[in-house]
Amino acid sequence: MPKIRIGWFTFTCCEDSTIIFTELLNKHYKEWFERLEFVHARVLRKDDTKEIQHMDIAFVEGAISSDTQEKKLKKIRQQATTLVAIGSCAVTGAPSNQRNFFKENQTVEIKEILAKFKYKEKVLKLSDVVKVDVVIPGCPMNEQIFLDLMNKVLKQQ
Amino acid sequence: MHDPNFDLSDIEKGSYSITLDEISKIEGAASLDIQIKENKVVDLKFSISEWKRFYTQAIQGKPALAIPALVSRICGTCSNAHLLASIKAVENALSITPTEQTMLFRKLLYHGLIIRDHALHLYIFALPDVFKKNSILDFDMHDPIEHDFLDDAFAVKEAGNQLSIVVGGRSVHAPTPMVGGFIKLPNLNDLKKLVPALLAIRPKIVKLINLFAQTTFFHEVQAPFVFTSLVSHDFSYLDGQIQTSEGISIEEKDFDNHLNAVIIPYSHARGFSFDGELLMVGAIARLTLSSTYLHPKTKETVSPHLALFPTKNLFYNNLAQAIEILHSIDQSIELIENLKDILPETPIKPTTYEEKTGIGLIEAPRGSLYYKLELSSQGTIKKGEIVVPTGQNQVIMERAIREIVEELLIKRATKEKIIYEVEKFIRAFDPCMSCASHFLKVKWS
Repeated sequence: MPKIRIGWFTFTCCEDSTIIFTELLNKHYKEWFERLEFVHARVLRKDDTKEIQHMDIAFVEGAISSDTQEKKLKKIRQQATTLVAIGSCAVTGAPSNQRNFFKENQTVEIKEILAKFKYKEKVLKLSDVVKVDVVIPGCPMNEQIFLDLMNKVLKQQ
Repeated sequence: MHDPNFDLSDIEKGSYSITLDEISKIEGAASLDIQIKENKVVDLKFSISEWKRFYTQAIQGKPALAIPALVSRICGTCSNAHLLASIKAVENALSITPTEQTMLFRKLLYHGLIIRDHALHLYIFALPDVFKKNSILDFDMHDPIEHDFLDDAFAVKEAGNQLSIVVGGRSVHAPTPMVGGFIKLPNLNDLKKLVPALLAIRPKIVKLINLFAQTTFFHEVQAPFVFTSLVSHDFSYLDGQIQTSEGISIEEKDFDNHLNAVIIPYSHARGFSFDGELLMVGAIARLTLSSTYLHPKTKETVSPHLALFPTKNLFYNNLAQAIEILHSIDQSIELIENLKDILPETPIKPTTYEEKTGIGLIEAPRGSLYYKLELSSQGTIKKGEIVVPTGQNQVIMERAIREIVEELLIKRATKEKIIYEVEKFIRAFDPCMSCASHFLKVKWS
């Protein structure tokens, strides 16, 4: 049986869902390591591939803060059969998008850094940029919804 | 990803560049650019490439009691460190003294964090370097040693994870600890049930300590530098005095008088020096400054390894973390076994609000974490400052990387070897980029 090709990507966030994922591995690593191929997962392995590879499922956490992030997300979308938005920042933009709601005096304080590093004017949720197939909300992601999805995926194969 | 665009003839002359856009197996995003001409480093930039989320601005105007749950979102890895440091700062501003029982549960919550966070770093990020593998995913399940380490990794992490869940309701962004106490108290039976799992992982950690004590990974920084950490008499990471390897002792409230921000123009985060000197914080600093306060059982088990401290070999940060896991196991077992009953306490509420600044400093897994929160008379935040460990280590980390690259160039190491050694070294520091990229320097008038 071919392994299911997985990607795990992180944009602007605190990576809490990555941490929850590594904690879920505690009980599921035997099954998941046998059935899943981690094509891209910087938290688990060094990635020497020059381009984003084809994936059955791309899990994406975090919000989009820059044009480079937006471009990468679009590449991920092209290469992923299913794209799953993981956790609150990916699904709703919050709390990483809190600068979108700053008052004028706060915006003035951060203006210089936004310009210097070419931040986007507004922080975006994933569905502002690409089509999202499945969402797993929560801050961090809801473990049970994630496990239900994994079980469904593993059964389908 | 490596830069494939270099000219072979330039490489033969010893002139090329190394670009690491995404350093792997660390917490968050960091990048490294090195320019090499005729086998000499002409430029080296280690930068934190996480995009800022501006938490120090976002907390302005919000109720102080709501801040801990928000700033916990600065970092998924050490969220409970941000939670407890900010609670400490708010309590300090509101003159709330937590009860003995509250402190006991905070300590247990924290030992859970140390076990699972250090275990993630040591087993998932650093261990593949010891076995010369790319990833723990590449460990050979038919090799009994590699198979056992893989099983150990997840058993140890799970014990820390469960301890955090039982005490705090969840291991990431724990929902029950708050200003003044716990909104929901842990269950005594659930706590007692954790002891067998903690006892079971003890020998696994002793094995891990022996492994990291035997590695030949070595680099000493060729410049004077100072270790600093909060020293507590029960090695609880949560209170005490700040001490330095030069014998200076300072109070929490004076911490930022000694820290000097170093602006790194190409990094999204800022670095720091301590009284103008290079600074290193984290497990290696704690073991250097307070190993005498480790749990007696830990000290007995690891006494030969404690003789390795103080050390300037920064790779021993891995060893120091492994020893801290053992301490947190031994300390947790003792705290749980001595616990007879749980009093039905509710969180202490503030009586009045006044304009006051609160300081909260604790030892996060990666080093001293400092919160300074200025409260208004309405109980909202006027201003806040947060200093994270990775910022404090950023300057010495970049200097050490440069030294390592220069040494390797003298030995005519290949580009691949340089990349491998540099990444291995950065991982030993265990930097946390999420933490480092939350803020923007706030001017204090």
